[in-house]
Amino acid sequence: MSDERALPLPNPGPRPAGEVEELRRIWAAPKGLRFLTVINNNYIGVLYVGAAFLFFVLAGILALMMRTQLAVAENDLVGPTLYNRLFTMHGTVMMFLFAVPVVEAMGVLLLPNMLGARDLPFPRLSAYAFWAYFIGGTVFFASLFVGWAPAGGWFMNPPLTTEYFSPGFNEDFWLLGIGFIEISAIAGAIEIIVGVLRTRAPGMTLARMPLFAWAMLVFAVMIILAFPAVILATALLELERAFHWPFFTAEAGGDPLLWQHLFWFFGHPEVYVIFLPAAGMVSMIVPTMAGQPLAAQRLVILALVATAFLSFGLWVHHMFATGIPGISLAFFEAASMAVAIPSGIQVFAWIATFARGRVRLAVPTLFVLGFLFIFVLGGLTGVMVAAIPFDWQAHDTYFVVAHLHYVLIGGMVFPLFAAFYYWMPYTSRFPLSERVGRWVFGLLFAGANLTFFPMHVLGLAGMPRRVYTYQSGLGWDAINLASTAGAFVIAAGVLLFLVDVARRFRMSAEDNAGDVWGAGTLEWLPGGNYSNRSIPVVTGRYPLWEQPGLAKDVEEGRYYLPNAPTGTRETILTSPLEATPQVLMRMPVPGWAPQVAAFFTAAFFMLLTVKLVWLAAACGLVAVGALLHWGWSLDPPPLPDAVDIGGGIRLPAYASGPTSQAWWAMAILMLTAASLYACAIFSYLYLWLVAPGTWPDASALPRSSYPVVSAVLLVASSAAFGSANGSLARGATPAPAIAAAIVLALAGFGTEFASHLAVDPRASAYGAVVHLFVLLGGFFVAVAVVLAAFAMARRLAGKLDRVRRVTFDNARIFWHYVVAQSLVGLLLLHGFPRLAAP
Amino acid sequence: MRPACMYLTGAAAPRSAARDIDAPLVNALHGIQSALNPQSPQASAIAELAWLLIGGAAAIFAVVMVLAALAVWRHPRWLGSRNAIVIGGIAVPMLVLSGLLVHSVTRMGGLTDRGDASLRVEVVGKQWWWRVRYLTASGATDFETANELRVPAGSSVEVALASDDVLHSFWVPNLAGKLDLVPGRVNRLRFTATNTGTWRGQCAEYCGGPHALMAFHVIALPVADFERWAERQRAPAATPPPPAFTAHCAVCHTLRGTPAGGDRGPDLTHVGGRIALAAGILPNNRQAIATWITSSQHVKPGNLMPSFRTLPAVAVAELAAYLEGLE
Repeated sequence: MSDERALPLPNPGPRPAGEVEELRRIWAAPKGLRFLTVINNNYIGVLYVGAAFLFFVLAGILALMMRTQLAVAENDLVGPTLYNRLFTMHGTVMMFLFAVPVVEAMGVLLLPNMLGARDLPFPRLSAYAFWAYFIGGTVFFASLFVGWAPAGGWFMNPPLTTEYFSPGFNEDFWLLGIGFIEISAIAGAIEIIVGVLRTRAPGMTLARMPLFAWAMLVFAVMIILAFPAVILATALLELERAFHWPFFTAEAGGDPLLWQHLFWFFGHPEVYVIFLPAAGMVSMIVPTMAGQPLAAQRLVILALVATAFLSFGLWVHHMFATGIPGISLAFFEAASMAVAIPSGIQVFAWIATFARGRVRLAVPTLFVLGFLFIFVLGGLTGVMVAAIPFDWQAHDTYFVVAHLHYVLIGGMVFPLFAAFYYWMPYTSRFPLSERVGRWVFGLLFAGANLTFFPMHVLGLAGMPRRVYTYQSGLGWDAINLASTAGAFVIAAGVLLFLVDVARRFRMSAEDNAGDVWGAGTLEWLPGGNYSNRSIPVVTGRYPLWEQPGLAKDVEEGRYYLPNAPTGTRETILTSPLEATPQVLMRMPVPGWAPQVAAFFTAAFFMLLTVKLVWLAAACGLVAVGALLHWGWSLDPPPLPDAVDIGGGIRLPAYASGPTSQAWWAMAILMLTAASLYACAIFSYLYLWLVAPGTWPDASALPRSSYPVVSAVLLVASSAAFGSANGSLARGATPAPAIAAAIVLALAGFGTEFASHLAVDPRASAYGAVVHLFVLLGGFFVAVAVVLAAFAMARRLAGKLDRVRRVTFDNARIFWHYVVAQSLVGLLLLHGFPRLAAP
Repeated sequence: MRPACMYLTGAAAPRSAARDIDAPLVNALHGIQSALNPQSPQASAIAELAWLLIGGAAAIFAVVMVLAALAVWRHPRWLGSRNAIVIGGIAVPMLVLSGLLVHSVTRMGGLTDRGDASLRVEVVGKQWWWRVRYLTASGATDFETANELRVPAGSSVEVALASDDVLHSFWVPNLAGKLDLVPGRVNRLRFTATNTGTWRGQCAEYCGGPHALMAFHVIALPVADFERWAERQRAPAATPPPPAFTAHCAVCHTLRGTPAGGDRGPDLTHVGGRIALAAGILPNNRQAIATWITSSQHVKPGNLMPSFRTLPAVAVAELAAYLEGLE
């Protein structure tokens, strides 16, 4: 794969003194209290991983409480109220506060260095995502201590979670807390996609990109497509709880199964969202430990993409027992089985890589082998439950509890521990102890199997999941006791790990222990907070193996950008496929805005949960203010001259349009919005399918003049924005045209709003879903108006002209998107009932 | 331990056989709530599939682990080849999975066949008990009972599953796979108990509160015994209730043939003839009835019946004796 050519070095000569000191100064973390404003990925990554691991330990403690309760039959240590909260919180915290954040965090920590970038493209966004998650997650967990913890199970099935059956704040904590943390996950995903596609070292084509980066790219795209479904679902349920819009109430034409469709459309991809990055880590560790490039790299990449694709087609396998007709079930059974194949490819690729090399049995290798054992078993039980008749017995029993823990512990926790041991020398002054590590591995491996293997038998022997107690004499007693013993063995392993971490982990990017494994990828180059002294040219998949002297050349500044020519933080933006340098991107420095925005966003959602509406609104305003303040500092003034980065390459230090990172972020955000809207359309059509009787006949619909007027106004507003673009390009002010666009869009939305005034959202599922579209339409128009007004303000402040125009371009493409989306909405709300009417 | 100790019915022959055997796996294979002890053609079909899957998974698992061990310690060249990946990761799984898909879908077709059932029963899931209505040929209610299905052995039974509160799931592993009770829908489950005996079922979809204590029994009887039992169920309550029943219980419970017509809790017309109380949780005897009346919240925390703590002991005793007698 490596095309070994002696390329001339971009900056062969000796470098002037003081450049490294300059880089150090520019990239130094703030000191004292201001450390809280740190945004560099080395720090945010470690904080992020640490916070996620804290939630892992907390949720693990909840699991120990449950296992203690179930150790013997008819135990009355924990009653049903507390137990129901315990399993709800255990599942929720493990999935939403540990599993997804921790892999995202590993991406933040590792990706820039692995790709040869100085930092992620939006460091303040990472900081915002981390703090919002950490504050929100902590408050969410604390709900346990005041009796406000949710008790609906981690998938929160209505009607149990509607206000009638679960009054009080408890379920709202789940809905608002988790909905909000999903938003943070999406922010991280945008960051990762742009980072992977636009900040790779020159020469690192997609084919040469490390497997972990591939996995994180697929992971982030899956988040973008899947998470909006659960955000919409939580919004619907919250609307039903707070305002009695009957999306899930059968008497009013709603359907509890709508929730299950939306939730599992998110929930099943979620499993692969967790697994794929872990598989990516394994694909990094195995080659190093075998001293061989990964076997069949292209097949493995294909497997990652295929998994993502298939994972969106099998959500119904969580609903085999709901009474859905057999023929449609068979399709989902086929998809559920097919998804085993990409995992099979990866397993055999790892085995083949081991077979080609001389395997070093260090602790990361042990965890990888443990992962293979547990994950293969979990995969096989996955195929078993995909067989529908078998699932009718196994579903919602301890068999499924066993299966999902095998998949998640095998597929994610073991690779993560392998990664902790493997990458510790990358982020810490000392590696973790190999001797203690073997014990940690032994305890976790024995504990996991002892805890979860017996549960397979338990489930088939009739024990349902989510029971706080069980009767003696059903053959379950001894199995449960063994399982509880196993849980404490796991706990001992985790405790031992924490002790070792406390003794050995000393965070440092500069004096890290370094490349102790003899690995081949860029993150093992020597460096500091600025990542690498100079940004290397990559000619193969394992640059450190294939390019002799690379570390020294990078360290001595012989590659690109050995200094900080613009005097601030910067990295190279490269093209998405071939990674040719395009722009020298100037990056932000620490400031309080992301942290303040994160704190008040979290406060807004949490206060809303406990119905302190006015206080929540005040916090929301502060958050928006902080975001605007932050936004104001985006789009720095263009520099007149291109900047020399070495090798005769001069890069512009300013970009707008599709070359700029901002345009990419906005495009991905629009994809997220489109996924959300598609889920809303699905909900509309689904509710119609379930109860077409609640839909009005054509005569009861708003007059057709309403949607026509609304559509004309919206299209006119798009045209006005287009003319603003023309004015800006000519050097004239776009402000009047933008103002006209705002007025037209508001009028267009107002017409649509007025047309549905006669429909009561509380009366039927039809009314509820119509008003959902009105609400969504209003929300998107409002955001577009804020962006447009922001661009106008930038013009008034002299920060927007024909060159410096990123804020305007972002507002513009979003504007057109919102108009297109609203037109689809009009067609659905006014066209579909006319079409479907008998 | 709970003072009002939970209990398991003693009527089942297979269970008493299992009772003396301590090994968990053996118990699982003989239990009265076990998918591995099938007692109907439907459950047998799934159990056969289960053993096939277990055997197949064990074999594949063993092969993959041996290959992994070979790769790490022996490094055979063939295992490092691209062909090994294509065969092991693509070709073999495709063959195995295709076969399994065809087999299991065919089997599913057999399990969802809809011939004529000889008995139709409607089961409505309630937080945290089961309303059971036996239906006539025309679909009208023949008689109502709770937390217990008696069926004629050897006859095909169709259970129509509905819910008017939250999701539940009807699961008697010895007789059939589970099927959810979804508000707004009616799902139909079919089974034919091969032998006489008592099987235990339990709600398998989390339904809040004491979901763990929402069990029931299915009792398969010889046809003649079943007919006699059904005849008795159709009759009204044998004797009028004591005043305490009218004052405290009638608002929620029905006694057919008396003014007591409450609808929120189980129909108690023949409660004395059932094998368990409180949705499969307590044995059915005078002492247990009294315990349930005075401390239902202790026995089954969060259930919708209050504990009648202040009811005089005499009244409780009178109620318990009366209810026990309602066979």
